[in-house]
Amino acid sequence: MKSVIPSLLACSIFFAACKKEKTEPIFNDKNLAPLSVEFDNIVGGTNLYLNNTTYTNASGEDYTISLVQYYVSNFRVYKADGTSYTIPQNDSYFLVKESDPDTRFARLKVPEGDYTRLVFILGVDSLRSTLDVDQRTGVLDPSGGMDDGMYWGWNSGYIFFKFEGMSDVAPADGSGQHKFRYHIGGFGGYNAPTINNIREISIDLTAAGEAKVRKDRSSNIHLMVDIGKVLSGQNTISIATHPSVMFSDFSVHIADNLAGMFTHDHTEN
Amino acid sequence: MKKRTNALLLILSFIILMVSCKKDIRGLEEDLRKFLGFEKPVHFPEPAYHFDTNPVTEAGFKLGRKLFYEPRLSRNNTVSCGSCHIQSSGFTHHGHDVSHGIDDRLGRRNAPPIMNLAWHGTFNLDGGVFDLDLQPVVPITTFEEMDETLDNVLEKLRAHPEYPSMFREAFGSPEITTATLLKALSQFMVMCISSNSRYDSVMRNEAVFTATEQAGYTIFQRKCASCHKEPLFTDISYRNNGIGIGFNGDPGRYGVTLDESDRYKFKVPSLRNLKYTAPYMHDGRFYTLDAVLDKYAGGMTYVQNIDPLLDKGNGQYGIELSAEERVQLKAFLNTLNDEHFVRNKLLAE
Repeated sequence: MKSVIPSLLACSIFFAACKKEKTEPIFNDKNLAPLSVEFDNIVGGTNLYLNNTTYTNASGEDYTISLVQYYVSNFRVYKADGTSYTIPQNDSYFLVKESDPDTRFARLKVPEGDYTRLVFILGVDSLRSTLDVDQRTGVLDPSGGMDDGMYWGWNSGYIFFKFEGMSDVAPADGSGQHKFRYHIGGFGGYNAPTINNIREISIDLTAAGEAKVRKDRSSNIHLMVDIGKVLSGQNTISIATHPSVMFSDFSVHIADNLAGMFTHDHTEN
Repeated sequence: MKKRTNALLLILSFIILMVSCKKDIRGLEEDLRKFLGFEKPVHFPEPAYHFDTNPVTEAGFKLGRKLFYEPRLSRNNTVSCGSCHIQSSGFTHHGHDVSHGIDDRLGRRNAPPIMNLAWHGTFNLDGGVFDLDLQPVVPITTFEEMDETLDNVLEKLRAHPEYPSMFREAFGSPEITTATLLKALSQFMVMCISSNSRYDSVMRNEAVFTATEQAGYTIFQRKCASCHKEPLFTDISYRNNGIGIGFNGDPGRYGVTLDESDRYKFKVPSLRNLKYTAPYMHDGRFYTLDAVLDKYAGGMTYVQNIDPLLDKGNGQYGIELSAEERVQLKAFLNTLNDEHFVRNKLLAE
C-alpha cells in the first residue's frame, strides 16, 4: 500500500501532463508565443556548401555556388479549423543569406495554438515595394551594395532572389570569370503592369509535424530549400544558354522554379 | 481751390507712395530673412510629390543642398550630383551628349534637368523610378556615375564634422539613415522650380508677348502642346518621337515595363530652359535647336512605336513647319528660358 500511493500520484501527474500537452489553448491573437521558420538551404540530397562543392544541373552542367540570398515575407499560419493569423507587416520581412547562418530563421510571434499550414511569399509584396522610404528599414533598407545588395535602383524594386556562382559553361565576363548571375525580382510594376515574380508558398504541416506553439517553448518549422531547383525545377534552365538572368521576361521561368524549392522536413516543438 | 486740391492730392499720393515703399522694402527684407519653403507657382498644377511625408524645412533644404554638391556621395569623393546637373546649364550637363561620371566613365544617356521634379511622378528617361526619394540611389550606385554604395555614403557622412548636427537640425536626430539622406536630397530637388521665365510673366499678366512670340505661341499650341503640355512643357508621358534608334540601341521604357509597345519610348522632356541645356534628346544627339527642328520638319522616318501624333497620314512622319513658322516658334521657345532659375543663389553651391 505504502508503495502504491507515490506511483499513483506519479501516474496521475503523468496523465495530467499528457492532457495538458494535448489541449490546444483557446485562440487569442493577443496571447503570442514564439514560432520560428528555418530555411535550410540544400542542393538535391546534400547540404549546400558555398564555393568549393560542384553540383550538376538537369542540363548536365557542372557549377559551384558563391551566393544565395532571398527575401521571405508576409507570413501567415492556419489552424486545422481554418482560423488564421497574419504576422503584422512590420515584423514580416526576412532576408535569408547562405553566407550568414543566423539569417536562416524567420522568428515570428503567433497566438498559442496548433498550426497545420504555413503560408508566406518569396519576395517583397508590391505594397511594401512602393511604400515611403521611411518604411524601408532593416533588411528592406536599399543601402546594400551592388555585390550583396538586394535592391534595383534604376527600376525601383527589390531583388527577391539572388543566386550566383561559377560554371565553365558560362561565358567569361569582363573580369575573365565564368560566372552566372540570377537576380530575380519584379513586383508587377508601379504605374505600368509588368512581370510579377512574387511567389506565394503554401506548406502543409500535417504530414511532417504540426507546429504546436506555446509560450513555454519554441516551436521551429524546419523547411528544406532545394537551391538545385533554381536550374532544375519545373523548368530546366541551362547556364550556357542563360548565364545571366535579371529583369526580363525569361526571369518568370526561374521564379516558377523558385516556388518549388520549399519542402517541410519536420517541426521541432 | 483747384490748386489746393491738387497740392493736397500730391501730398497724399506722396504719403501713400512713402508708406507703400516702406512696406515693400520691409517685405523684401522679410523675404530674404524668412525661408518660404515649397510654394506652388500660381499657374502650376498641384505637385505630385508627397510633401505630407517630407515637408520642406529650411534646415532640411540646406542639408539637401549641401548633399547635392557633396562629392563624398561618390566612391572616390570626386563626383557630386552637381557635377552633371550644373545650375548654370539648367541643372544638366551642358555640352555633353552623354555624361561622364567617375573616372571619366561614360554613361549611355543625356543628363536630364533637376527642374520642376515636384510635379513628376516618375523619374529618369525610362521612368524606372517612381518616387523622387528613391532617385538618388541610381546615380550613387551606378558604375558609370558615382560607383558608390549607400552604406559607404552613410559612413562617410557620419564621420563628417558637420553632417550629424545638420541631420539633427533637419530631422530631429543626428542619426544618418538611408531615409533621411534621401529625404534631404528630395527637399533640395523639389525646390528647383523654374517658373520665372518670360512666358511665366505673360501667364501672370505681368508682361505681354511680342507679335512674333505670340505667333510662335499659337504654333506651339497647335503643333507641340499635346506632348509638351503647359505649364511644365511636358505631359510626363513616355513616347517615341521618331528620331530613330540610337547607336547604343537603348530600348528606353521597354527596359522597365518589358512591354513591346514601350520599346524606344522615352520621357517627354520639358521645353523650358533650352537655351542652357543643349545637347538635346535622350542621347544628346542634337547639338542645336535647329537640328531638332530639322528632324521634326523634314528628316523623320518610321520607327517601331513612333508616336501616332507624328503620323501625317500620307506615309510621312513629322511636323510641318515653314521657315517663317520656325522663326516664330523659336521666338516663343526663347520665352521659356528662365534666367532667375539658373542664377538663383538659393540653389547654388
